[in-house]
Amino acid sequence: MNEYSLNYLEQLEAESIHIFREVAAQFERPALLFSGGKDSITMVHLAKKAFAPGKIPFPLVHIDTGHNFPEALDFRDWLVKEVGALLTVRKVEDTIRERNLTEPKGKFPSRNWLQTYTLLDTIEEFKFDCCIGGARRDEEKARAKERIFSVRDEFGQWDPKLQRPELWNIFNGRIHKGENVRVFPISNWTELDIWNYIRRENIDLPSIYFAHDREVIAHEGQLVAMSDYVQPSVDDTILTKKVRYRTVGDMTCTAAVESTASTLDEVINEIISTRISERGETRIDDKVTEAAMEDRKKNGYF
Amino acid sequence: MDLLRFITAGSVDDGKSTLIGRLLYDSKNILIDQLEALEKSTKNRDDGSVDLALLTDGLRAEREQGITIDVAYRYFTTPKRKFIIADAPGHVQYTRNMITGASNASLIIILIDARLGVVEQTRRHSIIASLLKIPHIVVAVNKMDLVNYSQDVYNNILIEYSKVAKQLGLKEVTYFPISALNGDNIVDRSTQFNWYDGKPLLEYLEEVQLDNDVNLTESRFQVQLVIRPQTEELHDYRGYAGKVISGVYKKGDKVTVLPQQIETTISKLETGGKEVKEIFAPQPAVIHLAEDIDISRGDSIVRTDNLPQVKNEVEVLLCWMDEKPLQTGNKYLLQHNSRLVKAIVKNVAYKLDVNSLQQQPVEGGVKLNEVVKATIKTASPLVYDSFEKLHVNGSAILIDETSNSTVAAVMIQ
Repeated sequence: MNEYSLNYLEQLEAESIHIFREVAAQFERPALLFSGGKDSITMVHLAKKAFAPGKIPFPLVHIDTGHNFPEALDFRDWLVKEVGALLTVRKVEDTIRERNLTEPKGKFPSRNWLQTYTLLDTIEEFKFDCCIGGARRDEEKARAKERIFSVRDEFGQWDPKLQRPELWNIFNGRIHKGENVRVFPISNWTELDIWNYIRRENIDLPSIYFAHDREVIAHEGQLVAMSDYVQPSVDDTILTKKVRYRTVGDMTCTAAVESTASTLDEVINEIISTRISERGETRIDDKVTEAAMEDRKKNGYF
Repeated sequence: MDLLRFITAGSVDDGKSTLIGRLLYDSKNILIDQLEALEKSTKNRDDGSVDLALLTDGLRAEREQGITIDVAYRYFTTPKRKFIIADAPGHVQYTRNMITGASNASLIIILIDARLGVVEQTRRHSIIASLLKIPHIVVAVNKMDLVNYSQDVYNNILIEYSKVAKQLGLKEVTYFPISALNGDNIVDRSTQFNWYDGKPLLEYLEEVQLDNDVNLTESRFQVQLVIRPQTEELHDYRGYAGKVISGVYKKGDKVTVLPQQIETTISKLETGGKEVKEIFAPQPAVIHLAEDIDISRGDSIVRTDNLPQVKNEVEVLLCWMDEKPLQTGNKYLLQHNSRLVKAIVKNVAYKLDVNSLQQQPVEGGVKLNEVVKATIKTASPLVYDSFEKLHVNGSAILIDETSNSTVAAVMIQ
C-alpha cells in the first residue's frame, strides 16, 4: 500500500459524503429520515462531516410510531441539540386518528406498516423532494437490489423492474413534480462496517445498544421488552435478563439479545462471532413472508 | 484492510449465482437464519440439496423465473479484504443492468461453462469489460465436474478465450478451473485437479493488487457545492466542497479553475472538517483558493501543470439504455460527474456489434443496449480526460429531459 490509499472504512465514508453533497446540491427540499437507531446516527455523523463547518442543510424527520424506546427519544433530542440540526416529528398516532386507520392488534401490535402513511403525508406536507434513508443493502434481499438514488412515484411506490441505470458515481436525481427520490447513502455498508466506524469515529449511541438489565418475555425464541405497548398473555413469564439491542426500532417489533457486552469492543466481538443475521435476530416483523420487504417497499416504505 | 468491488457475469445457467452463494457460504459469510430460509425454499427440490443460487435472487419474479433481472449487491469479508459483489444479470435484455454493476467494478469474473466453452455471451461480457476498462479480468471455467475435471477441456478454453482477450486488448486476464456446485478451487484448493498448481479463486481475489487502480498523477477535482455558513464566526468562510476525482492536491499548489481558465493557488485544504496539508483521490474535501473567483457546482479545479481537455464538442462511445431509441439531433442533458449541461447528439458514425466488435452502419434509431460511436455537442464546455486515460473523468450519462430517465452511458474518447 502506498501513502495515498484509503482503507475500506475511509472509502465507504468518502462514498457516503459524496452522496450527501449530491443530495444537498440536487434537491430543493431534502430531509433525513431519522429513526434513532445506529444507522441514522451514523448518517447524521456523515452529514455533519460532509457540510462542516456549516450546519447540516436539511431537517431530520422522525416518523414517530409512539412505540419508541424512551432511551432512543432522549438520545434523539440530545443529538439534535448537539449538532444544531432542525428536527421535525410526525406521529403515526395522529395519522391513525385523522385517517381513521385501524390500530394493529395482537400481542405485539406493530405500527411498523402504518409508518408508511405518516411518511407519505409528511412528504406531502413539507413538499420534500428527497428523503435520505439509512437502509443498507446487506440487510435484506429486496434492499440488495435497490439503487442509491431510488425514484418513487406519487404514491411513494418503488418499481423494482423500472430502476434507472446508476452508472459510475454519477447520480441522476431529476424528477417530475409529485415524485420523490429516496437516497440511501450507506447502501454499501454492512452492519459490521457501521460498528467499526462508530468505534473509529467515537460516535455516541443510546445506552440500549449496550448490556443492561431489562424485563422481557420470551416469544418464539426471541426476547421482547415489556412495555405498555405489548399485551402479554397469561402464560407468559416476565423475566429479567441482561440484554442489549442490535437494532433499535419499535419496542413492539424489535427483539433484544442476551449479552454482557458493555463496551464497543465487546459489542463488536459479539457481532463478529454471531451466526445469525441482524434482521433475523432482532426483527419480529420481517419473517412473515419471504417477500415481506419487497412488498412494503413497493408500497412506499423506506 | 482495503476494499475490492467486483462483478460476476455469466449466461443463464452457467452457475453465477451458485458461485456467489459458494463464496459467501465457504467463507462463512452466510448466517444460520439465512441458511434456514434457504432450506425452506429448496425443500421441494427432488434431490434435497440446498440451492445456493437462491441466496442471491432477491425479487419475487426472479425466484419464480429462476433468473436474475437486476443487479444485486452482496457483501463479504475475509481477514484480508472487504468485498462488494455486483451480481449482475447476464442476459442480453439486461445489458444496461450489467453495465450499472460493472461501472464501479475494478474486477470482473466472467464465467464459462466448461461444456460449452466461449459462447456469444462470453464475448459480449468481455466487450463490456473492455469498454468500461475494468482493470482485472478473471475467467472462471465452471462446471469442471461435468467434464471429469479434464485438463484438455480447460486448456482448449484458455486458448479460445485468449484470442478474445487479444482482440479486445484485455491485459490482465487470470484463469481458474472451478466447480461452483461442489466448491472445487473456490475457497480451498481442490483434490480434483492434480494438474492445476495455481491459487484457488478466493485467494487470488484477496491478493490481487489494487493500488494502481487509483490515478494519483492527474489532479482532478469538481465542485459539488459551495460551503458558505454565513454565521457570525464564519462570516468570510467560502470553501469548495467536492471529491478528489484523481491525483493529489497540496496547500500552495498552483491551480486553474476550468472552464473559466483562471489561475490561482490553494490557500487551505480540509477533509472531514479538519484542516490538512494534502488531499488525494477519492477523498471528499473542501478547497479554499487564494483569490475570490466566481465558482459554482460542476466547475473544475485542476493543477496548472497538468491540464485536462476543455471542449464543447466530443467524440464518444454511447451505450444506449432506454426503450425509446436515440434520435440524432435530439437534445439531452449530459451529466459529467456533478456538471450538468445541455447536449445534442449531432451524429452517429457507426454501431459496434457487441458480439464481433465489428463496425456496422446504423439504420433507424439507436436501440436499447446498442453501443455506438457518436459526436456530442454541449452548450458549455466539458472539462474532461479521455475515458481510456482516466475513466473517472471521462465518463458521463445522458438524461432525457422529458422523462428524466438516464438513457445512455457515455465514454468520452
